[in-house]
Amino acid sequence: MTEMIKAAAAMVKCLEQEGVKVVFGYPGAAICPFYDELSKSDVHHVLVRHEANAGHAANGYARMTNKPAVCIATSGPGATNLLTAIATAYADSIPIICITGQVSTDQIGCDVFQEVDITGAAEPFVKYSYLVKNAEDIPRIFKEAFHIAGTGRKGPVLIDVPFDVQQTLINYSYPESVELRSYKPTVKGNTMQIKRIAEALMKSEKPLICAGGGVFSSNAKDELIALAEKSGIPAVSTMMGLSIFPTEHPLYMGMLGMHGVKTANHAVKQCDTLLLIGARVGDRAVTAPSFLAETTQIIHIDIDPAEIGKNIATDIPLVGDCKSILSELTGYIEKTDRPEWLAELNEVKNTVPSENETEGYVNPKMFLRKLSDALPDNTVCVADVGQNQIWACNNFNIKKDGRFLTSGGMGTMGYSVPAAVGAKMASPDSQVVVICGDGSFQMQMMEMATIVQENIPVKIIVMRNNRLGMVRELQTKAYKDNQIAVHLTEGNPDFAMLARAYGIESECVSTMAEAEAAIEHLVKSDKPYLLECNVFKNESTL
Amino acid sequence: MKHTISVLVENHAGVLSRVSGLFSRRGFNIDSLAVGVTDDPAVSRITIVADGDEHTAQQLEKQLNKLIDTIKVKSLGEDELLSRELQLIKIAANPQQRSEIFTICDIMGAKIVDLTASTVTVEISDTAVHLQRFEELVRPYGIKEIVRTGVIAIQKGPESLKK
Repeated sequence: MTEMIKAAAAMVKCLEQEGVKVVFGYPGAAICPFYDELSKSDVHHVLVRHEANAGHAANGYARMTNKPAVCIATSGPGATNLLTAIATAYADSIPIICITGQVSTDQIGCDVFQEVDITGAAEPFVKYSYLVKNAEDIPRIFKEAFHIAGTGRKGPVLIDVPFDVQQTLINYSYPESVELRSYKPTVKGNTMQIKRIAEALMKSEKPLICAGGGVFSSNAKDELIALAEKSGIPAVSTMMGLSIFPTEHPLYMGMLGMHGVKTANHAVKQCDTLLLIGARVGDRAVTAPSFLAETTQIIHIDIDPAEIGKNIATDIPLVGDCKSILSELTGYIEKTDRPEWLAELNEVKNTVPSENETEGYVNPKMFLRKLSDALPDNTVCVADVGQNQIWACNNFNIKKDGRFLTSGGMGTMGYSVPAAVGAKMASPDSQVVVICGDGSFQMQMMEMATIVQENIPVKIIVMRNNRLGMVRELQTKAYKDNQIAVHLTEGNPDFAMLARAYGIESECVSTMAEAEAAIEHLVKSDKPYLLECNVFKNESTL
Repeated sequence: MKHTISVLVENHAGVLSRVSGLFSRRGFNIDSLAVGVTDDPAVSRITIVADGDEHTAQQLEKQLNKLIDTIKVKSLGEDELLSRELQLIKIAANPQQRSEIFTICDIMGAKIVDLTASTVTVEISDTAVHLQRFEELVRPYGIKEIVRTGVIAIQKGPESLKK
């Protein structure tokens, strides 16, 4: 059964059909027909204060629901502002649908007002994109876009809809299935290969699991923990894999890599078999993959065939969705204990480095441990990029149902606050805490307005060291301490006062005692809250 | 090492830019790329000749496969393919030199397609190696212009690249 409706109304109906409840966006002339129709729908629109943040908010929302989330921008600068968010989602394989307005089809190519070739510009970092030329294609395109974004290796899909196309009347009927002969991701793992993996793991004396973000995409957290527990294999995680294992799980050895912990890196170095699951061996996680592959048997499970062999030579490759693979694999494995291997790792784990407190400042690492201990089990921690991120990765105690979100692949500053907005809207019953720096906060502080307007009770921690701390540390170490363009002191506002200007409750603390009182308040508060922590300027990342 | 790869793709707007964009983005070096529609008007076939080691070739194949518009990718081995490239060459030739050039064309299987008082324009379709040889033979007369289509290739024998 079909009915004649405006394509813009069809776009909204498509979203409804896909079960979309919330969208994040920023309007403009070229997308107005869509907004006009959106206002008649129950789909809730969150007005962000910068288009990139619409993308990051959708990113946070998608990561919590594990389904494609939607962001919207207008043509030209609206669309180009989205680019960073698209690249961020692409790097971390997060399913988002980006809808952009475009100038009318008869004007495309004429360099008219707010015209930009956004499908061309985004081409290197979208999973797929559409420039809709024919309004009748809208239902099919939306169906395909959600399918492509949310299956296989997930990622962003862009739909660019010209102004006149949005206003065209079409016969609307939403397709029930997708017909894409050229896109059929391998989901089921090859059983022979799974048996080979089981055998290799059982023969190995020092096996190690390395879990990446793919485990979340596949919703396979429980399956992976079950495998680790049955096989007695310890695990490390990439930054994207943080919060698969609770921090205090006895088999968990922390985050590996350049900014990882000693135990995790020791485990990677010493293991004889490394089982990579949904991890792409990024350069920050494994700095010398060829060296590692020489001494270690590499087993690589990934849904993207192109990831296997891309960064590291693999002994046993397996393509497929890790949820079913892990269940099957666990079935072939006998219950094993590995006391010696664990004892070796625990010895490293138990040597806690000494930490100093600097008078008049909050030690960020101690603070994050205290904060996370005080928060409920299902807390979502959203870390930004820089020192604050690494402090959070290595010190935020993630509990059983906790979740850790950050921009891992792209390292996008300004990700955390909008992503937290999305995460909180998707998981209103979880505490959502942002950890960011004074540098990154200033890339996203306009989103305080969104928080207030939508009354989204996220908690924001601003680690203020008056520095772009990670670059400062790099300059200290690699550029003879020639500190250039990293000092924020003079321009920095009073962040707590700024928050109050938006009507957000806030405090500023400079000692651990003050911080502890603030933590107590933060945990109890059901309103948005900002805590500014004064951190020593030369605090180290690790 | 040269690799010849055949790719079947959906024949719609933007596909060629996605394929060519992949090469620059992933740092692959291509010698030639030729594209044309197949017997099915909804499908185009691209032939790519690329340079690189085995790892590069494998990655290239995987990345091409990963494109949503890609229907099929097949790397054709040196021994299992028939390849052709079409070339048009405008050669400087006064009337005295014409017969010599005609003889070369005759032996090498090239066809005269245009003739003026001072030039001969020749069409030749063969393997890249043969084209190179022909070019060397006529170079002494003076090459005014060369246009090449890029290599297209097909598998030898009864098998064909299925969608």
